[in-house]
Amino acid sequence: MAFIDYYKVLGIEKSASSKEVKDAYRKLARKYHPDLNPNNQEAKSNFQQINEANEVLSDPEKRKKYDQYGKDWEHAEEFEKQQQQQQSQRSGSRDATYSGGASQSDFSDFFESMFGGSSGGSRRQSKFRGDDYSTEIHLELTEAYKTHKQTLSVNGKNIRITVPAGVENRQIIKIPGHGGPGVNGGPNGDLYITFTVTNDQVMKRLGNNLFCNVELDLYTAVLGGEITIDTLDGKVKLKVKPETQQGTKVNLKGKGFPVYKNEGMFGDLQITYTVRIPTNLTDKQKSLFEELRNSC
Amino acid sequence: MDMQAGYLITIEEFCAKHDIEESFISSLQETGLIEITTIEENDFIPADQIQQLEKFIRFYYELDINLEGIETISHLLQRVNALQEEIIQLRNKLGLYE
Repeated sequence: MAFIDYYKVLGIEKSASSKEVKDAYRKLARKYHPDLNPNNQEAKSNFQQINEANEVLSDPEKRKKYDQYGKDWEHAEEFEKQQQQQQSQRSGSRDATYSGGASQSDFSDFFESMFGGSSGGSRRQSKFRGDDYSTEIHLELTEAYKTHKQTLSVNGKNIRITVPAGVENRQIIKIPGHGGPGVNGGPNGDLYITFTVTNDQVMKRLGNNLFCNVELDLYTAVLGGEITIDTLDGKVKLKVKPETQQGTKVNLKGKGFPVYKNEGMFGDLQITYTVRIPTNLTDKQKSLFEELRNSC
Repeated sequence: MDMQAGYLITIEEFCAKHDIEESFISSLQETGLIEITTIEENDFIPADQIQQLEKFIRFYYELDINLEGIETISHLLQRVNALQEEIIQLRNKLGLYE
């Protein structure tokens, strides 16, 4: 467990007054508060550290203990026992610590060992909202295509969720109240699920539209015909126009990806034809191609 | 506090729970940052606004940011969110060519 220099965290001298501690803390809190830095884990981590530094340095008793033991904080327990009878129960000051949806578990192991958890200095300590949890779910394109149930384990609890068809890659879904428990009657935090949808080898997805390449043999491309292709919805028969060129695009309306939370609505499937040139021709075939060339 | 959309909480109850002045809520409403529902002369906060409102409370009471600052931050956060969404969309688009 590494020693944390709380003075360094707040960028102040060891001799800093309580006002200087407060000012330094407020300045840094405005910079790193999670509300001001959405989806920024680095800012969240910095905020937790400055919150912790303030928790210690703004409380004269904790600061004294921290200053006295510093790196030898492991001996603080003995000190604590000696001082226990002299200490009176302190109540939190009105603006000692910013919440930002944080709870006791946001304090470092160093802090927990030295001070045994937060004193809850927040002005709204009695109504602390629980931590927000976040997790990731990986889906194959075919899984994201259909609405399905999925069970996930979050902090030892199994939660069964319905994943709606059409969920987007990197989409975040909030499950209210399934985060950490609230403190002192505060509401539970929320659970944020980030979905990662991997593109298929054959089908590529962009929004609600799907894209794929389909190979055409030369004869069908030249003379036209009927082909059967695989879509995520099953097999589809297609008519190929005569003289179809390499790279021709065909749009199949409503054969794309389901529109998120819009049952029955689908994007399009765009097919790009790739014409396959025959190989290993027989002498007869070669002569027929020669005949064709000479007739042009 | 029920966070499901469609539920309402009285301003009085909300302010008592959060230990804040009702005038703060009125100021937020006047600047258009939150919407209040009035039913039979009673003012309510829709549940889907509560999370946003709690964020504004933290800005005002914990970070000492005034209403003008909250308004500015709110606009900038909307832009940050929109840009983050756009990055996701562009990354997904890029995935088509990788």
